[in-house]
Amino acid sequence: MESEEEFKMPLLGDEAPDFEAQTSQGKLRLSDFKGSWLVMFSHPGDFTPVCTTEFMAFAELAGEFKKRNCELLGLSVDSAPSHIAWVRNIEEKTGVKIPFPIIADGNKEVAKKYGMIHPGQSATETIRATFIIDADGILRLILYYPLTTGRNMQEILRCIDALQTADKHHVATPANWKKGEKVIVPFPLDQESAEARLKEGYECIDWYLCKKELKKE
Amino acid sequence: MKMPCILPDGSITETAKKVLAVAMTEKSVEEIAKGSSLPLFRVRSSIRELIDAEFIAEKNGKYLTTEKGKEKI
Repeated sequence: MESEEEFKMPLLGDEAPDFEAQTSQGKLRLSDFKGSWLVMFSHPGDFTPVCTTEFMAFAELAGEFKKRNCELLGLSVDSAPSHIAWVRNIEEKTGVKIPFPIIADGNKEVAKKYGMIHPGQSATETIRATFIIDADGILRLILYYPLTTGRNMQEILRCIDALQTADKHHVATPANWKKGEKVIVPFPLDQESAEARLKEGYECIDWYLCKKELKKE
Repeated sequence: MKMPCILPDGSITETAKKVLAVAMTEKSVEEIAKGSSLPLFRVRSSIRELIDAEFIAEKNGKYLTTEKGKEKI
């Protein structure tokens, strides 16, 4: 019988699996990023059109990620020389410099650890997976996009803002929330708190849905 | 695989030089990152390679450029 190694995909709240991998900026370990937030994202292949637009979009917002203490780390099954050639080509043709490292995951070791290969999409390429990992190395958010759909980088930034705001202020964020907008006050867990909630000066639709402004930083 | 901090001719990259220059006095990883304007992950990976090459030494969580390392700056 053919043996098939099983991989458990990491889930939200899990410690992100560590690895050591060759990248376009040298050998890196996941643990090298501790102390910073990290957006680790896979793409199907170098020198492909959708991926090129994604890399340019990530590069153009690199300063915004930096402001949020967040690093970027790409990944595909292409080799490090291929990554280097592609990054140089993007800069030469468009003037956009790609400042972040890209993992050369030829043996798919990292891709398998993180469930980046979806055989229904492609057995050989990584799909467009995005993992947001916090400064303690905990996996906080996962987004999967198919090969044909480029990601929305503003949504990834918005998710980082939402996670960091939730952590800092112990609140939740509503649908379509953007930084600076009102946040949701934690749900009361007992009847006494529920009754008190309506008198606490929040903007409430009812006891279970109350919002408040955060102080400007 | 060649080490990216150290080139085939024995010279070192600009990134490695920045790390060694800041670590002329004992520094933590965070202090080296701040002093070199490099991201933490680049400092950590560079330090690993510079330790292997004996260009930097670790003592109680701080890093110091060795005599061999000083020759490379």
